[in-house]
Amino acid sequence: MKTVVGAWLNYRGAWAAMESTMRAPPHHKPPAYPVLYLKPANTWLAPGHAIVLPSDVDEVEVGAALGVVIGRPAARVRAEDALSHVAGYRIVNDVTVPHEKVLRPPLKQKCRDGFCPLGPVVPAAQVASPDALAIRAYVNGALRQTSDTSQLIRDVARLIADVTEFMTLGEGDVLLVGVPENPPRARAGDRVAIEIDELGRLENPLQAEEDAR
Amino acid sequence: MRTGRVVHGGAVHGTTTAPDGRVRLADGRVLDEAEVQWLPPFEVRTIFALALNYGDHAAELAAKSSAEQAGFLQAQRSEPIVFLKAANTLVGHGGLTRRPADADFMHYECELAVVMGREGRRIARAHALDHVAGYPVANDYAIRNFLEPYYRPNLRVKSRDACTALGPWLVSRDEVPDPMSLALSTHVNGALVQEGNTRDMIHDVASLIEYLSGFMTLGPGDVILTGTPKGSVDVKAGDEVVCAVEGVGRLVNRLVDDWTPAPGG
Repeated sequence: MKTVVGAWLNYRGAWAAMESTMRAPPHHKPPAYPVLYLKPANTWLAPGHAIVLPSDVDEVEVGAALGVVIGRPAARVRAEDALSHVAGYRIVNDVTVPHEKVLRPPLKQKCRDGFCPLGPVVPAAQVASPDALAIRAYVNGALRQTSDTSQLIRDVARLIADVTEFMTLGEGDVLLVGVPENPPRARAGDRVAIEIDELGRLENPLQAEEDAR
Repeated sequence: MRTGRVVHGGAVHGTTTAPDGRVRLADGRVLDEAEVQWLPPFEVRTIFALALNYGDHAAELAAKSSAEQAGFLQAQRSEPIVFLKAANTLVGHGGLTRRPADADFMHYECELAVVMGREGRRIARAHALDHVAGYPVANDYAIRNFLEPYYRPNLRVKSRDACTALGPWLVSRDEVPDPMSLALSTHVNGALVQEGNTRDMIHDVASLIEYLSGFMTLGPGDVILTGTPKGSVDVKAGDEVVCAVEGVGRLVNRLVDDWTPAPGG
């Protein structure tokens, strides 16, 4: 795994929540291409490990993302061939500092240490359709969000095609298909969990930075 | 010391310099440059890049596009505009970069790259350069007509395959006593198109390390592309682009069209 790349605003509800601002400055028009960002190596975290909130971060959004794991090099892939490049799927928590402005790359919002817990990889053969998976997010055991990958604007195959048009993804790389609207927020001391049908559950505690030292 | 990585005889080799511009493989063999293919000179982890870190480049872009560019410059002075690039973007010295058919304006960006040598969080500016392993030259290509003002500069502009040339060498820190007074230049097909000096950075190398490590842990192999001065000219397939940084190196790249070589051929 060298690259974890995610698509923002790829759920119909997430797009709708921002749509009213898309025709005003600084955007002027809706994005014509996927709105992408990277989760770099310092963000990667194993299941169960504490997500440490830095002292300037009070709360974070639980980013319940389906991660598509690439199995063989995918470059300029056609949508109809895209799923043949997929080795499997994993639950990813795209931990995000809440932000409404999306003009600049979200380093401070998405790239803090440990802000990308990744669950185990489930082989693609065990997933009937990546575009029909129910998603649930929990904070301290309480169900706080439900969604479904059928709500994606660009489905998994379309997204792979649009990203690999300019960006080759290699074996093990992970493409996050999006985060559903109204992500629950959590604070230090909370436990957050994400469930995706057929993929299991990814759970991590949140800890304040001082406690982590 | 100058270190690199090359492919020779189907294997990856570490290299150092040998007399007369030749390269010395780790096993002692000495070869001409033409006998090797260059890889990025170190194992790259996270690639950070700066937008508009030279005032003259920002002004140049403002003259060509919307009034919002002026706002970008103001924002850049208060806080660096940093974006990330993924591993797919890397290409070594002497490599090829594709210019897509629908690019209207694609330009090189000659930059001083800073490679971190050890891990650090909240590194103070005064000690920042102690964390640096060394410096290669970078050419951070951009395609301006692919810009969209969402997480801008967006990945479709900046995280394209082979659009980050890096090398030829990683020049160790002790050979670059002052990274803030290095001349930069770019030649396209032998003609000088870009000139600048690292002293004109808005946020200098030590400040960038302090800034980034203030909210992320930086580690060995992380590299910061520190921005480019003015002199952006559209380049076409077939052009040879040479980016040079004083005391660091001369990085050659060639542009090819979307389908060179042609499919099946």
